[in-house]
Amino acid sequence: MNKIAKLFVTFISAITLALVSFTSSSFAKVEGEYIVLGSAISLTGKYSSNGVHTQNGYNMAVDRINKMGGVEVQGKKYKFEIIYYDDESNPKRAAQLAERLIKQDGVHYMLGPYSSGLTKAIAPVTEKYKIPMVEANGASRSLFTKGYKYLFAVLSPANQYLEVAIDLAVEKNGGKGVRIAQAFEQDAFSQDVRLGILDAAKRTGSEIIIDDKLPKELNDMAATLAKVKATKPDVLVVSGHTKGALTAIRQISEMKVDVPMLAMTHCDAAKLSKQHGKKSEYALCASQWHKNLSYKDKFFGGGKKYARDFQKEFGYDPPYQSAESSAALLVFKDAFERANSFDRDAVRDALVDTEMQTFYGNIKFGPGGQNIAKPMILFQVRCKGDDCENRVVAPTKWASDKFYHPIPKWSERS
Amino acid sequence: MDFLIFKAPMLMVQASLDGILLGILFALIAYGMALQWGVMNIINIAQGDLVILGGYIAYTMYLAGIHPAWGVIVSPIIMYFVGWALYKLVINKVVDRDLFISILATFGIAIVFQQLMNFIFGADVVVAQSEYGTTMLFDNSVTLPNSKIFSAFISVLYAIGLVIYMKKSRLGRAIRATAQNARAAKILGVDTEKVYAATFGINAALCGIAGALISITLTLHPYVGLPYTVRSFMIVIVAGLGNLPAVAVSGMGLGLFEEFADYILGTEFRIGAVFMLLVFILVYRRFKLSKKREYLK
Repeated sequence: MNKIAKLFVTFISAITLALVSFTSSSFAKVEGEYIVLGSAISLTGKYSSNGVHTQNGYNMAVDRINKMGGVEVQGKKYKFEIIYYDDESNPKRAAQLAERLIKQDGVHYMLGPYSSGLTKAIAPVTEKYKIPMVEANGASRSLFTKGYKYLFAVLSPANQYLEVAIDLAVEKNGGKGVRIAQAFEQDAFSQDVRLGILDAAKRTGSEIIIDDKLPKELNDMAATLAKVKATKPDVLVVSGHTKGALTAIRQISEMKVDVPMLAMTHCDAAKLSKQHGKKSEYALCASQWHKNLSYKDKFFGGGKKYARDFQKEFGYDPPYQSAESSAALLVFKDAFERANSFDRDAVRDALVDTEMQTFYGNIKFGPGGQNIAKPMILFQVRCKGDDCENRVVAPTKWASDKFYHPIPKWSERS
Repeated sequence: MDFLIFKAPMLMVQASLDGILLGILFALIAYGMALQWGVMNIINIAQGDLVILGGYIAYTMYLAGIHPAWGVIVSPIIMYFVGWALYKLVINKVVDRDLFISILATFGIAIVFQQLMNFIFGADVVVAQSEYGTTMLFDNSVTLPNSKIFSAFISVLYAIGLVIYMKKSRLGRAIRATAQNARAAKILGVDTEKVYAATFGINAALCGIAGALISITLTLHPYVGLPYTVRSFMIVIVAGLGNLPAVAVSGMGLGLFEEFADYILGTEFRIGAVFMLLVFILVYRRFKLSKKREYLK
C-alpha cells in the first residue's frame, strides 16, 4: 500500500468514527416520531420464562398505546419503541447491556429487566447516567433503600408479600399471636419476604418457631417439613421462587404434613394449580395482581379484558409479571405527557408526581421509588373436582371468595 | 445449631430413612461416574446434566399421558445412545489426554446441555406426578413417599443387574480388562474404542434412570445438574473406583450425613456441609497416604 492510500484509509476511518459518534448521540431519546426505550431482558438462561412474560407485557402495552394515538408531547404525537437485549439471566451482562443501551444506543429512558437481582445490577448504571427507569419486576426492598432518584417501581416491595397472611392468621386465631414456621431461599427477594414476616410477627406478638434458609440448589425440604410436623405451627410460610413452591407442595402432600395455613409466593409462576392439581388446594399465595380486581384504565379496560386480549395475542393467561410490565409503559406515557418535554429531569420529576389508576392497580411512588398505592393481594387455590383455580381472598375489598381456614387434615381430604 | 432431632426419636427415624433412600439414588449416579472414571480416566462434569436430561425424557412421557415410571425403561435406552454419540463426537478426542482436558471438555458439554434443555423444555421448574401415595409408619409420625421407596428399589435392581452384567458378559469383561490396563487389553484383541463408547453409553443410561426417578421424587430444572455431579464426585472419592459395594455404602452415608446436617446445622448448610466433608476426606486421605509414602493420584 502506498502512502496516499494509507492516508486515505486513515481519513475515511476518522470520518466514519466521527459520524458514528455523532449519529449515536443525535438519535438518542427521540427518533423521528418514536420515543426509544431500552431494556435488557432475560430471553435465555434461568429467568427466560419470566423474562418472556415481561417482554410480552411490554410489547402488548407498546402496541396498545401506539394504536390508541401514542404519546402527545408539545402538541405532537409520538410512538413508543423498545430496544431489547438479551441479558442471559446474568447480572453482570445486564449491567453491561444497560451501559451499552445508554452510551451506544443513546437511550434516555429505560424499562426494567426481570427479577430483583438483575434490577439491582442495572440500577447503579441508570443512576450514574441519570436515566429514568420504570421497572416492573424488581421487588426487593433493598432497591428502595439506597436513595435512588431515577428508579421507579410499579410493584409493591417484597416485604409486603406475605405480611397480610400473618394478619389473617392472627385474625383467625382470635387476635392472639400465632406460631410461625418459615423456610426461605437465600436470595435477595425471598429474604425480603422473610423480613416482612419478622415485622409482622413482632407487630402481632407472634412467635417464630422454625426459621430455615433454603440454599439455591436445594430441591428437597423434607427435613424442614419433618420439623414442621413435629412442632405443629399455626402457619407455614415458604418462599423460594417457583422451585420452592413446587417442592413444598410435592413434599407436603407426600409427607402428609398437616398445617392449618400454608402461605407461599410464586404460585402462579409455578403453575401450581396445574402442575400439582388437588394437592395444591388451600395454599395461600401472594400476588401483585389478579385479573378479577376491579381497577380500570382507558387503554386496557379492566383486568379481565386485559387477560382476554393477552390470551388472544400470546395464547396464555397473563401472569402478574406481564400485567405489571404493561403498567410500566402506562406510567411512562403519563409522565411524558405531564412533563410535556423530553428533558430527562423533567420526565423524572413528572414520574415522582405520578398518581394514577391503571388496570393493574393504583400507582403512586414513595420516596424510595416503590409503589405505595397498591396493596398486595392473596389468593387461595380452590378446586372443584380436578379443576383448580386461584381465588382472591384478601384484602376483603377485592375478595371474590371467603378464606378457607383451617386447611383440612390430609386424612380427611379425598 | 438445633438439637430438636435428638429430643424426638421419630425425627431420627425419619431423617435416617430419608437419607438412606436418597443416598441409594445418589449411589446409582455415582456408580456410573466411577465406572467411566475407572475405565476412561475421565471426570465427567456433565454427569448431573445427563441426569436432568434423563429426567426430562420421563417428564416428556408424562406430558404425553404415559406414566413417568416407564421412564426408568425408556430413558436409559435413549440416554445410552446420547452417551454413545457424545463419546463419538467429543470424548474420544480427549480420552487419552490428561485429566484437565477432559474436565474442560465435559464442562463445555455441561453448559451446552443446560442451554439446550433450557431451549427445548423451557426454564420453568417442572414435576411429574407418579400418584404413588405415601407409606405411613408409627401412627403417621414417620412418612415415606412411595415414590422414594420405588426409586431406591429400582436403583438397587439396576445396580445388581449391572454387577452381574459386568461379571458375566463379554462386554463386561472387556470393560473390566480395559479398566485394568488399556494397552494390554488392546494387545489381547479388545476393541478399546468400542469399550470406551459402551462405557460412556452405560454411564449415560444410568444417569437416565436416575433422572427418571428424580422427575417423580424431586423437581426438574435445566440448571440443577451441578449438585448431582458434586455429590457423585464426592461418593466416588470416598469409595474409590470400581468398587460397587463401597459406592453403595458411601452413597447412603452421604445421604444420611446430608439429612442430619440439615437437621442439626440448618438447611442452609446442607450443601455446604457436603463440601466441608469433601475437603475433610481429601485432607484425611492425603494424610493417610503420606504415611505410606505413596501419592494420591
